[in-house]
Amino acid sequence: MPKAFLERFEKEVSIDAYGAYKLDASLILQALHVLYQNDGYTFLVDMTAIDYLHQPSALRRFAIVYLLRDRLFSNVITLKIDVDETLAIDSIASLFKSANWAEREIWDQYGIHFKNHPNLKRILNHKEFIGHPLRKDYPITQGQLCHKSDDLMDEMTPRLKRKGIESHDALMFLNLGPAHPASHGTIRTFVALESETIRCAISEIGYLHRGFEKSCENHTYNQIIPYTDRLNYCSAILNNIAFAHAVEGILGIELPDRAQFIRVIIGELSRMIDHLVCLAAILVDMGALTNYWYLYNPRESVYDLLSKLTGARLTNSYMRIGGMSHDLYEGFEHDLHVCLKAIDTGVGDTLTLIEHNRIFHDRTQNVGIISQEEAINRSLSGPNLRACGVAYDLRVNAPYYHYESFDFDMALGSVGDVYDRIMVRFEEIRQSKRIIEQAMKRLPQGAVCVADRSISLPPKHEVYGNIEGLMNQFKLVFEGVKVPPSESYRAIEGANGELGFFIVSDGSPKPYKVKVRPPCFYAMAAYPSIIEGGMIADAILSLGSLNIIAGELDR
Amino acid sequence: MAVGAEAIFGDSVITSTLESALSWARESSMWPYVFGTACCAIEFMSVASSKYDISRFGAEVVRFSPRQADLLIVAGTISYKQAPILKKIYDQMCEPKWVISAGACACSGGFYDNYTTLQGIDAIIPVDVYVAGCPPRPEAFLDALLAIQKIQADERLLDDRAKRVFKGRLDA
Ligand code: SF4
Repeated sequence: MPKAFLERFEKEVSIDAYGAYKLDASLILQALHVLYQNDGYTFLVDMTAIDYLHQPSALRRFAIVYLLRDRLFSNVITLKIDVDETLAIDSIASLFKSANWAEREIWDQYGIHFKNHPNLKRILNHKEFIGHPLRKDYPITQGQLCHKSDDLMDEMTPRLKRKGIESHDALMFLNLGPAHPASHGTIRTFVALESETIRCAISEIGYLHRGFEKSCENHTYNQIIPYTDRLNYCSAILNNIAFAHAVEGILGIELPDRAQFIRVIIGELSRMIDHLVCLAAILVDMGALTNYWYLYNPRESVYDLLSKLTGARLTNSYMRIGGMSHDLYEGFEHDLHVCLKAIDTGVGDTLTLIEHNRIFHDRTQNVGIISQEEAINRSLSGPNLRACGVAYDLRVNAPYYHYESFDFDMALGSVGDVYDRIMVRFEEIRQSKRIIEQAMKRLPQGAVCVADRSISLPPKHEVYGNIEGLMNQFKLVFEGVKVPPSESYRAIEGANGELGFFIVSDGSPKPYKVKVRPPCFYAMAAYPSIIEGGMIADAILSLGSLNIIAGELDR
Repeated sequence: MAVGAEAIFGDSVITSTLESALSWARESSMWPYVFGTACCAIEFMSVASSKYDISRFGAEVVRFSPRQADLLIVAGTISYKQAPILKKIYDQMCEPKWVISAGACACSGGFYDNYTTLQGIDAIIPVDVYVAGCPPRPEAFLDALLAIQKIQADERLLDDRAKRVFKGRLDA
């Protein structure tokens, strides 16, 4: 409960049907100040906008939604502001640095202006794009060709000026990415170098923007599951889980215990293989190629297991709303054991090579530091935040799927440098293994889906055996799961941090709006400030250690 | 009865055309540039590592400079924003060069039929081999490589390649 906020704005604040605090647009900055200073809501989870064009009952067409967490990270509150016809609202970037990019995204996707924003320009769509694609009246398939990339000098020159650098004579400008092996995909960072020192850096994203959120609006809830695979494709199943979890929250259903345990087991396995790729890649960037084989090969054995379980190596689509597509197979436990052993060996071999390795220490320690306060203000989460020593892990702070009953430790760093981020991930691999082993021991028997026939498909023998089963199957496949009207946010601890979905449903089988809270979006926003003042070789490692996955970053 | 050089030197000499000799050498030493943007690129990581081991086919020297590569593997979704960059990379590669379009996205936009995604890279650069899958399995990548080798074996570089004209949506 945000006490001070409710007292201070007793008259002005109202609570809407879905539990969000509603406030007049002119009060937003004041309200956030009170929430920040007096109630300790210091963590901006995410921001988004809603276009109510097709919901005639709404008074205003657009609303902005702010999601905040308190100091303990366990409570989330939603603040909702209607935007009037000027389509402009105060920027909160002066209070939360993380709002800078979030507001740019809203401007880009919805065309809502933020007053006093330091740099309000498009972020996901390209420079030549006309219109705002997430508005309900923008046709989903209307693509627009881009002929030329942005040279980014419009951002670089003022930024250099703010740093007191007027003349560009002594500088060399360099693009790191978007087509560069160390940019891990499609991320572009434009830097101004003075010899090898980065004086100024600007990141540009959106090269892998593939319209996830718009696509969600014309697919049924279960059809969206494959799209979620491709957000963070290094741990596809965790994305499946996060999405299904959010929808199940709106439906108000609790999964059978067996389903919850399977989600824990497969989810943790995904977390492990996600960390494996991240660690393998950063060690390659460092020139320690051998470790790539040590860390990547165990991933192959997990692929074998996942292929048997789900039919796919990478993009598994294993989860469904209300459970999962099918139960574990016979012999799963043995295969799991093989995987865990392979991972153990790979991690052990790697650590033998690097743990006491002088080169590794020199390259990573005290490099790419981000302080606790800065990290929280920039909404970092997951291993990146824990590396700074902030004890925030949703599995602990707001447990779900019985996480409170598992015995595991939260890995924390102390400095917040590249070294800590790497080591936290190594430790989390170990801890995930502990969780999996406990979950396997306690794995109960029973169903893997809720029994409600308006949510999960009936067993095959019923479909072929009686008319009711047939009808259930037919209706569910053709119509999809109907989700009651709601606006809600729910998150899990993804491999990269807080992975949540803000879903606006309207009673139909398709969501009215979906917004992901992609953990690495905020990590990437912090990246330029981390690397400025450092050497160019360190910038590469900083990027690798943040584990930016373009699919989830750009959506 | 053998004539010409073979008549004089016997089995110790094989005659061929310069072009086939070049192609033969090239086949087993392709240097790929992996334009990996998304999930498909993660599968390429598997292709390059020990289990599938692309070096069995001579193509393990992955180059990240287009000037040093002769095989462009486009693995991943290409957005409109990315398109000019892909084209630039392709243009920077020296002839002769080949292109593999790997995965549903690169071939056709995949299931991203929306405002951001280019509906197939062949709208901007020419493609030699298409690979199905979302993502393609590592074997499919290898299969595509073999298909490229086959193309090379049948092709007359200097004639066929140089004469090829392509005009895409980003060519003025
Ligand atoms: S084809 Fe599928 S796996 Fe490949 S990039 Fe596209 S969505 Fe990802």
